[in-house]
Amino acid sequence: MAESNDATLESLTQQEYKYGFVTDIAEDRIPPGLNEGVVRLISGKKGEPEWLLEWRLKALRRFLELLEEQAAPTWAMVRYPQIDYQSIVYYAAPVQKQQLENLDEVDPELLRTYEKLGISLAEQKRLSGVAVDAVFDSVSVATTFKAELEKEGIIFCSFSEAVQKHPELVRKYLGSVVPYSDNFFATLNSAVFSDGSFAYIPKGVRCPMELSTYFRINAAGTGQFERTLIIADKGSYVSYLEGCTAPMRDENQLHAAVVELVALEDAEIKYSTIQNWYPGNKDGVGGIYNFVTKRGACRGARSKISWTQVETGSAITWKYPSCILQGDDSVGEFYSVAVTNNYQQADTGTKMIHIGKNTKSTIISKAISAGHGQNSYRGLVRIQAGAKGARNYSQCDSLLMGNRCGAHTFPYLEVKNATATVEHEATTSKIGEDQLFYCRQRGLSEEDAISMIVNGFCKQVLRELPMEFAVEAQNLLGLSLEGSVG
Amino acid sequence: MLEIANLHARAGDADILKGIDLSVRAGEVHAIMGPNGSGKSTLANVLAGRPSVEITRGQVLFEGADLTAFSPEERARRGIFLAFQYPVEIPGVSNMYFIKAAVNAVRKHRGEEELDAIDFLALAREKLELVEMDEKLMNRAVNEGFSGGEKKRNEIFQMALLEPRLAILDETDSGLDIDALRTVADGINALRGPDRAMIVITHYQRLLEHIVPDYVHVLSDGRIATSGGKELALELERKGYGWLEVAPAADGGATG
Repeated sequence: MAESNDATLESLTQQEYKYGFVTDIAEDRIPPGLNEGVVRLISGKKGEPEWLLEWRLKALRRFLELLEEQAAPTWAMVRYPQIDYQSIVYYAAPVQKQQLENLDEVDPELLRTYEKLGISLAEQKRLSGVAVDAVFDSVSVATTFKAELEKEGIIFCSFSEAVQKHPELVRKYLGSVVPYSDNFFATLNSAVFSDGSFAYIPKGVRCPMELSTYFRINAAGTGQFERTLIIADKGSYVSYLEGCTAPMRDENQLHAAVVELVALEDAEIKYSTIQNWYPGNKDGVGGIYNFVTKRGACRGARSKISWTQVETGSAITWKYPSCILQGDDSVGEFYSVAVTNNYQQADTGTKMIHIGKNTKSTIISKAISAGHGQNSYRGLVRIQAGAKGARNYSQCDSLLMGNRCGAHTFPYLEVKNATATVEHEATTSKIGEDQLFYCRQRGLSEEDAISMIVNGFCKQVLRELPMEFAVEAQNLLGLSLEGSVG
Repeated sequence: MLEIANLHARAGDADILKGIDLSVRAGEVHAIMGPNGSGKSTLANVLAGRPSVEITRGQVLFEGADLTAFSPEERARRGIFLAFQYPVEIPGVSNMYFIKAAVNAVRKHRGEEELDAIDFLALAREKLELVEMDEKLMNRAVNEGFSGGEKKRNEIFQMALLEPRLAILDETDSGLDIDALRTVADGINALRGPDRAMIVITHYQRLLEHIVPDYVHVLSDGRIATSGGKELALELERKGYGWLEVAPAADGGATG
């Protein structure tokens, strides 16, 4: 019995990143480098209209200026060598037929890749409650349940397809929440973004299934720059989930995405992320730089946007999913679990911008640091002068495992209306020898004990995830921290 | 069941146990008394395998096997239960979920089928009565916001569910008022049996009025200074621990 226990423990602690394989597939990739030619090439491959190309070029010019000024943000608590933006391949796509009529035409090698990742693109095999858009390197390779959703008037497709089929919607909303000039990485994305997901939920429609996008980086030497745009029209509701994985490589790969959400009157968007990009090895070599701009605008009265994120992957995470609470009585929520193990670094949090009256926001952040991991919460709560009766509640808890990791909290408060209520609570605790010993004394293995304690710590966030993914997230948390207490 | 021979142990830089010999057979209840700092809790922790306590010399056999070779969880699964002096809070983990996981870890080890939620709840309700514990505490996070008495009841409740071979009760009476003490003691007494041994660690004699031990050992400066029957506890109550300071060491060398 003792031996079998030890064997189980050993196999658990030695478990490697499960999604680190590479798919051998012919890819159409352009040479590395960033210039007008590259942007025109990407835009041309997608047959984009002139206005979009112009928008990209404006972004490119701005980005080149920013590069010149060496304006990459340095305020975050993350350290990495300077990135050579001219050495990155900005477009790589598996070679396949241009227009796919149905899923049967998707390259079987790609289908196998997603099967291996636990994402079946065959509709009959899927949980019937989830529609998936699969983004492989620079392009969307398949979107499931499109026909079914169309019956409700819901548009769910790749960004490229939306540009072709719904240009009026894309043109109206693209850049309306995150302008091309917003920040260094968003500007880069605006110039070179290659694909992503698009969703539009019409007035009064409650989307009958979870929409999800699964992002996969496969090619070496590339970056992934996708753009997601979700519009919830008046009185509609949608729950959206994204997952991400990448192969294990010694190089660092850049993922600079932009997500824009728009909620009109009485609409609600629930956006969940399980981020499991390759985190690098135990010595901190390789891994994804996840520099992402995510922002939602609660444009209409009584609208609501809720961000839930479980961030376990990436060598470096730099992201602040935010809410602009314009509509009166609108609600913004941010629930986050961020794990940094080994040499991972995370600087993550949110911005809640209260503009409308009686707007309300909730921030629950749980940071877990192990190994040499560094974890920072950075959050801004701004109450504008007109935001009468605005309320915010923030809670930031940090859990440390071991003595070499770090947890930091940077809350920023700007209150310009005296009727506002703002509360902030923060705690830091160590996963104690006492807690672990107590669990083990009751017969639980060390791994199970850690998993239980960590999941308990994150419960307020995990319960916000859609059911199907809560279990996945719990398992992921356990895996990410294996071997971190010794 | 338990054979401790010449046990030396240290926590941090301090030598705490300096040669303990103790033999406990199935069905017996042994009380360990002694002043603060005499090593009572260290002895409890060393038996349960707390990683921060290091055995420097001696031997501990549990049912014939070298106990020190086993991890804390392995010891627990083999039937060693420690009722903690300070039960630990685990925020966000429901008491029910935690205890069910513990029961199933032990059952699995014994080759018994794991209990599902319904069977577990039925069994739990039965044992809740034993310690007069409110069922509501099952749905709260482990020990979080529990009163001192509730925490101690929760320990004995777990003991009742886990059915250990050897139960070590570390200062279970501390922080309890007289009514709670009686309830907890009744619960413990109900768990006495011919196959189970108990080591009851206490500073005061009052717990032993309710849980009558077969043997009493008095610990002083890391050694058993004297041993006797239940009447020894009364004698201690009268004389205090002061007289132990001048009593000769029971056995073993003074050097660690």
